[in-house]
Amino acid sequence: MLEDKNRIFKNLYGDESFSLPAAEVRGDWKDTKEIISKGKDWIIEEIKKSELRGRGGAGFPTGVKWSFAPKEVKEGRPHYLVINADESEPGTCKDRDILRYEPHKLIEGCLIAAYAVSANTCYVYIRGEYVNEGKVLQEAINEAYEKGYLGKNAAGTEWDLDIFIHYGAGAYICGEETALLESLEGNKGQPRLKPPFPALIGLYGCPTIVNNVETIAVVPTILRRGSEWFASFGRVKNRGTKIFCISGNVNNPCNVEEEMGIPLKVLIEKHAGGVTGGWDNLQAVIPGGSSMPLIPKNICETIIMDFDALIEAKSGLGTAGIVVIDKSQDIVKCMARIARFYKHESCGQCTPCREGTGWMWRMLERIGRGESNISEIDMLMDVTKQIEGHTICAFGEGSSWPVQGLLRHFRKEMEAKCSDQYHLRKDII
Amino acid sequence: MSGKHVAKDQPQSFIFSSENLKTKDIILKKYPEVRKKSAVMPLLNLAQKQNDGWIPLAAVQYIADLLEVPYIKVYEVATFYTMYNLAPVGKYFVQVCTTTPCAIRGSGKIVEACKKYISSKEGHLSEDKKSSWIEVECLGACVNAPMIQINEDYYEDLDAISAEKIFKSFKDDSLPKLGSQKGRKGSEPIKQRLTLLKN
Repeated sequence: MLEDKNRIFKNLYGDESFSLPAAEVRGDWKDTKEIISKGKDWIIEEIKKSELRGRGGAGFPTGVKWSFAPKEVKEGRPHYLVINADESEPGTCKDRDILRYEPHKLIEGCLIAAYAVSANTCYVYIRGEYVNEGKVLQEAINEAYEKGYLGKNAAGTEWDLDIFIHYGAGAYICGEETALLESLEGNKGQPRLKPPFPALIGLYGCPTIVNNVETIAVVPTILRRGSEWFASFGRVKNRGTKIFCISGNVNNPCNVEEEMGIPLKVLIEKHAGGVTGGWDNLQAVIPGGSSMPLIPKNICETIIMDFDALIEAKSGLGTAGIVVIDKSQDIVKCMARIARFYKHESCGQCTPCREGTGWMWRMLERIGRGESNISEIDMLMDVTKQIEGHTICAFGEGSSWPVQGLLRHFRKEMEAKCSDQYHLRKDII
Repeated sequence: MSGKHVAKDQPQSFIFSSENLKTKDIILKKYPEVRKKSAVMPLLNLAQKQNDGWIPLAAVQYIADLLEVPYIKVYEVATFYTMYNLAPVGKYFVQVCTTTPCAIRGSGKIVEACKKYISSKEGHLSEDKKSSWIEVECLGACVNAPMIQINEDYYEDLDAISAEKIFKSFKDDSLPKLGSQKGRKGSEPIKQRLTLLKN
């Protein structure tokens, strides 16, 4: 278990005030000027050496992403830093705690990251429902301006930075970076085709780096304590600490910052007080937010929580939102509810996703009710395959993978619910 | 995105209050001058707050004129995002999260309580016209499930009893304190906390 002294988010539970004086006692804004005086190349190199991977779900190496920003700022094409605080993945609620309890970590991270990618303007895109969290962040931003940590010559670094908050309005898809940029430009949040990637053509057609809240909030501590310190946790390419959210059928659901690569069983049994009814009552776990395929109990016994270990188990770390499902739950109904989420949240731009998410939901609902023919199970798999890889953004995968996970591990349970009494309507296939 | 219910009875006109006109100017300053369309979402939000929680079509036109964009560009944003209400809602607008993490911890019981104490139908005003409720997708407080949002505030760690207490409090405007209804701080484990134990 990680020692408290190695935890980055010392105020994760809001034991202390979020405000500047308390944040400074916790070590925020210490030597920011010195860090920045070491130069862009040093910062990017340190972040690369720390092997920090994006905490928003995709796990792209942060230092590499920053290095994609053009070295020179061209006339009329300012660079932008955009913080993705549109946390909406079911099972995930870590950025919320950073916004409300550790906002200065994020703001300081914004200054360092903005300097590294040559941006003078930063937008924080917060999901619309996080009104109170946004108010806290705004208050913290105001404090930083007053203290001279933002604005012209921010924190004495000779770098100018303005941070603005932009609220979303309840669209999950705006967590996809290009949909987020569309939304920020005042449009419907429908993802853009990539390439071009935002690092070259992003907000208002200008170079833009989009990072998750947690990614940016850990940057100041990494640079202060050194990339070696951060890289001393976890395995190769899966370094550092991470906030895990453990929800669902556990005794003490909680958020906890732990070392990458911690066994899932330790997270559930120790930090979350165990599965309700005991470990043997465990049915399955969604390990990384609803987009990641679930894993059954036998895999949960030994799996460690990092990007590569979960990919080997045909799932993914995603946002590290762990949803524990015990044996009292109907697994098909649980996944049907997730399918309904995706059907509701599809932006409607690509036909396979817009139509397919509804099909998956309706089929799962029927299987859950026991009104399906056994042959529909293969048909459901076929639908997922028609969506996956055939859409502009990763929502296609995000919506079909959980269904594929269910089919992979719980086919028998699904078959048991089907009956020959229900015939396929040949006239509509 | 789901279909939107647009109110049949619409006010003829809409303008921002003088205070909100000042807020509008602050909002517009956040974005480059040639990109004022970016202010569509914050202005819709402002209009919704001014108009008791819903946006009349006159406000859509008003915002389009302010930002010098076609009506449809604002209308399509107002219909795309779920948080914009295009029909009246209660003074207490309850949004119940029913996505899987909340569902497996009993959000069904919260929906039952909504039906019993607010309105038997989702999206309809209560008898005293004071409140309404809808089911929504994940509100991002899964560790504190089941939970609801009332206007801007989250009420977490609910059960049938605490939900009933909240819904009954609408009558005399005596809502309990927001946040966890089981008295825990943020998303710490309710017992057996093992980390960040400074004292």
